[in-house]
Amino acid sequence: MYNLFKIAIRNLLRYRRRTLLTASLIMVGVVFVLVFMAVTGSIKSLLIGQITDSMLGHLQIHKKGYVASIDNLPLTITLTPKAMQKIDKAIKDIPEIEAYSTRIKFGGLFSNFVETTNIRLNGIVPELELKTVPLLPARIIKGEKTLKKGDILIPELLAKGMKVTVGDTVVVIATNKDGSVNGKPFRVSGILESVTGPGGRDGYIHIEDAMEVLRMDQMEVSEIVLRLKDFATLQDVYESLMNTLSQEKNEAGKPVFEVHTWEKLSPFYNIARMIDIMTLFIKIMLIAMVLVSIMNVMIMAVYERMREIGTISAIGTMPGKILSMFVLEGLSLGIFGAFIGDAIGCIIIYILNISHITFNFGRQTGLLLAPHIGVADILMVSVTVIVVSVAASLQPAFKASRMEPIDALRHV
Amino acid sequence: MGLITAHNIYKDYQVGEVSLRALNDLNFEIEPASFLSFVGPSGSGKTTLLNLIGCLDTPTEGKLTVAGTDVVSLDRKQRAAFRGKHMGFVFQDFNLIPVLTVYENIEYPLIMVQNVPLEERKRRVLSLLESVEMTEQKDKYPDQISGGQKQRVAVARALVTEPELVLADEPTANLDSKTAYMIIELMKEMQRKSGTTFIFSTHDQRIVGAAEIIYTLEDGMITDRKDTGGNAHV
Ligand SMILES: Nc1ncnc2c1ncn2[C@@H]1O[C@H](COP(=O)(O)OP(=O)(O)O)[C@@H](O)[C@H]1O
Ligand SMILES: [Mg+2]
Repeated sequence: MYNLFKIAIRNLLRYRRRTLLTASLIMVGVVFVLVFMAVTGSIKSLLIGQITDSMLGHLQIHKKGYVASIDNLPLTITLTPKAMQKIDKAIKDIPEIEAYSTRIKFGGLFSNFVETTNIRLNGIVPELELKTVPLLPARIIKGEKTLKKGDILIPELLAKGMKVTVGDTVVVIATNKDGSVNGKPFRVSGILESVTGPGGRDGYIHIEDAMEVLRMDQMEVSEIVLRLKDFATLQDVYESLMNTLSQEKNEAGKPVFEVHTWEKLSPFYNIARMIDIMTLFIKIMLIAMVLVSIMNVMIMAVYERMREIGTISAIGTMPGKILSMFVLEGLSLGIFGAFIGDAIGCIIIYILNISHITFNFGRQTGLLLAPHIGVADILMVSVTVIVVSVAASLQPAFKASRMEPIDALRHV
Repeated sequence: MGLITAHNIYKDYQVGEVSLRALNDLNFEIEPASFLSFVGPSGSGKTTLLNLIGCLDTPTEGKLTVAGTDVVSLDRKQRAAFRGKHMGFVFQDFNLIPVLTVYENIEYPLIMVQNVPLEERKRRVLSLLESVEMTEQKDKYPDQISGGQKQRVAVARALVTEPELVLADEPTANLDSKTAYMIIELMKEMQRKSGTTFIFSTHDQRIVGAAEIIYTLEDGMITDRKDTGGNAHV
C-alpha cells in the first residue's frame, strides 16, 4: 500500500503543473462551497433571528384548530386557565425553554374619532413578551419602549393612514365571543415597524385591557409563544412538547393542543429553504467540477502511461494493483485539493469575520455578518470531494487494469 | 521434460478481412538453463513467438507448456500471476518505471508482484546491483542514466524474482554495437550464475553468435537450429 501510494504521488509530482492546475480547480470549488455555506448560513440565521425574535417566537402552542383559522383570529378556539396549567407544567419540564408569552389575539375596529378602520391586536403581558421576542422594542420606531395598561402600540401603516401619532387617544371596539360589542379608549404610546409574516402588522395592548374589551371573566389565551435558549434544540423541544401535549385528549379522543415551530408559521421559511436549495446546487456543481477535472487528468494519465502499464502488467503486476495505483492517484489529488481548499476556505471565513461586514434587512440596519462553518460541514464537503475523486478515477483506472500488456506495450 | 515444449503452434492475426499467419506449425523443446536465441529478419515472427512463450498472448492453435503448465488454458489473471512467478522480461526500449530509482525499479517485482520481506529484498537488490555494476547509480532515476545502464538495470529487474525463464525481445536493438555486446555478455554471465533460462530474439547478426542454441525463424517457420555451445565469436 505504501509503495502504491509512493508511485501515485511521484506520478502526480511528475506532471507537476497539471497536478497543480487540477488541484487548484478542486481547491477553488471547495473554497467557494465553504465560504458560500458559511455566508448564507450566517445570513439565514440572522434573518431567522429577526423573524422569530420580532414577533413569531421559536414555537407556538394553540388550541387545536387555531392556526387553520388564524386569519379570523377566532375567540372560540382558546386556551382556558385549566389548559394553561397543563401547558405551563409541560413547559417547566423542558429546561431548554428560556421564556414564553401568552397572547390574546383579536380583531376589532380602530377609531380616531374621525375615521374608523380594522385592527388586529395582541393582548400581552409586556414583561413576558419582551423576554420571548426581545426585538420587539427595536420595532417601536416612535414613542415609549414600554407598554402600560391603557396604552396601545399601533402599526406604522395604521398610524400613517389614520394620521395618528404618539400621545393621541383612540378607541378600540371589538365583538366578544358572545357577539356583544364593547369599546375602550387607549393612549397611543408607540408606533411599530411592520415585519414580514403573520402578525407582523398587529398592534399591542396589555392583556388585561384585552380581557376588559372582550369582557372575559377568565383569561382565555389565543396563543403561547416560546423562546428557546439554543435555537439548535428546536426540533428536540418540538418533539418533547408534542409528546407531552399530544397526550391531552378531549372526549372525542382528539388532541386538545397543537404545537408549531416557526417554520410552519412563517412564509420566510420558504426563503430559508431556497437558500438551502441554492447551497445544494452549488454542491452539485462542485461535484461535477471535481468529477470532470479528475476524470480528465486520469484519462490523460492512463493514455500517456500506456507503455508503463504494459510493462508492469507484463512483469506480472495483477490488474487489481494497477487499478489501485491509478485510483490512489485520483484519491491523492482529491485529498490534496480538498485539504488546501479547506485551509483557504477557513482563512477566508476568518477574514470575513474580522472585517465586520454589516448588511441591512428591512428597517434593521447594521446586522453583523458572522459566517461560520462547522467541522461537520467541512468534513462533509471534503469527504464528498474525496469520494468523487475516487469515483472519477475508477473508470480510467479500470481501463488501465484491463489492458492487454502486448497492446499497451505496442502503444507509442 | 523440457522447460518449454511447443507442439504445432499456429498464430494468426486478423487484419481487417484478411487473416495473416505469423507463426506456422512450430515445434520445439527448450531445456532448462539454456542460453538461446531466435534470429530472423524483421517480420519473421520473433516477437509473436516470444509473446506466446512469455504468456503475453495465446496461440491460435497448438499446445504450449512452460514450466510444466499448459499456458494456453490460463485466463488473463492466471497468466499475469504465472508471469510474475516464473518469468522475467527485458524489453527493447528498456521500459524502466520513470518515477522509480534504479534501486526501486529492481525492487519493484519483489514488492508489487511477489511479496518478499524487506531484508530479503535488500539482499537481492544489492547483490544484483553489484552484479550489473550499477551500485553507484542506485539512487538515480532512469532519465539520468545511459541506455546501456538502463538495460543493465532491466536485466537485474528481470532476475530479481529468481525466475525460471528470462525473455528478451531484441534487447540490444536500441544500443550501439559495443554496448549491445556488453549487454549480451552480461546476460550470458548472469545466466551462468543463476542457472536461469535466457531466451532472446534478434535480427542483429553481430550478437547472434553469443547464444548457445540458435533458432532461425523465417516467415513464421523454424528453418534452422544450431547448437554452438556459445562459442561462436562475434
Ligand atoms: N498485432 C498484430 N496484428 C497484425 N499483424 C501482426 C501483429 N503483430 C505482428 N503482426 C504480423 O505478424 C508478423 C510477425 O511479426 P513479429 O512477430 O512482430 O515479427 P518480428 O518480431 O520478427 O519482426 C508480421 O508480418 C507482422 O506484420
Ligand atoms: Mg519484433
